[in-house]
Amino acid sequence: MARAATVAITGVEPLRPAASMGLYARAWEKLRHDPITIAAAIGLFAIVAVTLLAPVIAENVLHSSPDEMMRGPDGRFAILKPPGEGFLLGTDDLGRDALTRLLYAGRVSLSIGFMVAFIAIVLGTTAGMIAGYFGHWVDDVVNAFVQFIFNVPFLFVLIFLSVIFRPDVLSLALIIGFFGWPGTARQVRGVVMSVRNLDYVLAAQVLGATNRRIMVRHLLPNVANIVLVASGFAVAAAILGESALSFLGFGVQVPQASWGNMLSGAQDMFRRAPWLVYPPGVMIFLTVLCVVLIADGLRDALDPRVK
Amino acid sequence: MWGRGHPLPHRGTMRNFLIRRVIQSVILLFVLMSFTFVLTRVTPGGPEAALAEAPNVQQADLDRIRERFGLNDPLPIAYAKWMSNAIRGDFGRSYHYLRPPFDVISERIWPTIQLGLVAYVIALLGIVLGVVAAYHRGKTPDLLIRVFTVVGDATPHWWMGLVIIVLLASTVGWFPQGQGQGGVWDWFRHIIVPATILGLGGLIVYTRFVRSQVLEVLSQDHVRTARSKGLKEGYVAQWHVLRNALIPVVTLLGSFLPFLISGAAITESIFNWPGMGRLFLEAATTRDYPLLLAILSLGTVATMAGTFIADVMYGAVDPRIRYS
Repeated sequence: MARAATVAITGVEPLRPAASMGLYARAWEKLRHDPITIAAAIGLFAIVAVTLLAPVIAENVLHSSPDEMMRGPDGRFAILKPPGEGFLLGTDDLGRDALTRLLYAGRVSLSIGFMVAFIAIVLGTTAGMIAGYFGHWVDDVVNAFVQFIFNVPFLFVLIFLSVIFRPDVLSLALIIGFFGWPGTARQVRGVVMSVRNLDYVLAAQVLGATNRRIMVRHLLPNVANIVLVASGFAVAAAILGESALSFLGFGVQVPQASWGNMLSGAQDMFRRAPWLVYPPGVMIFLTVLCVVLIADGLRDALDPRVK
Repeated sequence: MWGRGHPLPHRGTMRNFLIRRVIQSVILLFVLMSFTFVLTRVTPGGPEAALAEAPNVQQADLDRIRERFGLNDPLPIAYAKWMSNAIRGDFGRSYHYLRPPFDVISERIWPTIQLGLVAYVIALLGIVLGVVAAYHRGKTPDLLIRVFTVVGDATPHWWMGLVIIVLLASTVGWFPQGQGQGGVWDWFRHIIVPATILGLGGLIVYTRFVRSQVLEVLSQDHVRTARSKGLKEGYVAQWHVLRNALIPVVTLLGSFLPFLISGAAITESIFNWPGMGRLFLEAATTRDYPLLLAILSLGTVATMAGTFIADVMYGAVDPRIRYS
């Protein structure tokens, strides 16, 4: 709905999707003509591509590596050099090239973002479907977990768990992901509950279909669009969450760079090297912005009420 | 609070709901406390790990420390001791401050409450933004406010705080650091930036929520009737639109509390604010488990209170909600 207004403002002609088109074909048709979503998708693709190619770019274009102490043109170590010749974004207190580290950090931050979202979405969808389909005590158990997660100060608990387990990238993603699923679970549960007693589901049950088959073949398609949109917002939340945790020193540990922990390094010496404060934050902002805009566009495109 | 004309939920139902929620909360708190305590005991590298690296510490000293903090007890006994004390509010002694955790917390909680209250006032400004956006739907103000909310959603707010500090430091050579000690103005100029950063999330949520609420009410028949009767627009806005649109806003009152608690840690750390959030980070860095567990439990109680208030408010403003 929100996007409908934007589209009107940007002067794109209203679409008249053919009645015979399916939900996804129509959504694709709408998305193709939605300049904001297209731009966001291109932007995200560019960010992912640049970070994936970080080693290639660092070696061939920047002639640096993320942990290497760089030397300036005069042959001396380039410590805390402002942006300029040789170092596009300057260097940090250990003489490392900020741009190189920014690219490598993107790999870590993005992969944690996508992993967390994946874990949260898989957990949330499974829990929501099971709770909605079986109801009764199963529903109560899932609900208890949801209540638990909603009722703890999650950042405090994340920090606590991080202190206890000293996580690496994978376990960090698991820990953050575990706190991200209840929202999706609630949405999925709602939809499943509303369709689980429809005739076609009952018919499948009468025909002897197993619960698993009913859930996967007959119920999952109903929640697919919700899950798709939720994944987008989950990626955004995960990237923001990881950056906050790493900034506080309880996420990705140095020397491995992430956008969050680069900023905590920058905070310690912002008087001497203010240039280190901007790039990681801008990258987080651009990435999350693209993801949120895509998710927003998807939500409007998949909403059958929005024409 | 109980919107006029809205009947109270049936008393028995309401009471049952309250009782059940309180029981649930107590169980939740118990599970969380047990879980976190056991985790601190079964994982290697307690507080003495930091001490062991110090050059002058002998094994005998470590043993004495372990004995003194009860770290030598077997897990079930340690757990029973700890839990029975914790229920009475005694979380032992902070490893670092060598005082009961709640002693230390009581010194640090007031700055956090101040910060939270001012942040809350900032967040409430979202009501104004939401109303303005709804009344100018599709026009420039609405568009600007939408850009603001989308950008605000995508930016890590704490990074904005960092940028503000850098900009202030490089232009006027001053930046907010810690609490102001010299009178009201000094207090204000120290608190306003961190509170704005902390309140930004709530501000955005309020703006969106109020905008959609107002738009919904604006499209209803009774507003059209009021207008067609020839009532002045200001009168319609006050008595027909805002009254209906803003009642549900109180439901957000409680749900913002957990947000403030988690957000305080990072905001306080950036602005060197001497509050509870930073105390928690210090305790985490030094592995001061008694203090850590005390703050975690307190934070959980506050978070539960927030969601509890939100649920009660939700039913209070919407008579259709039944506490089942």
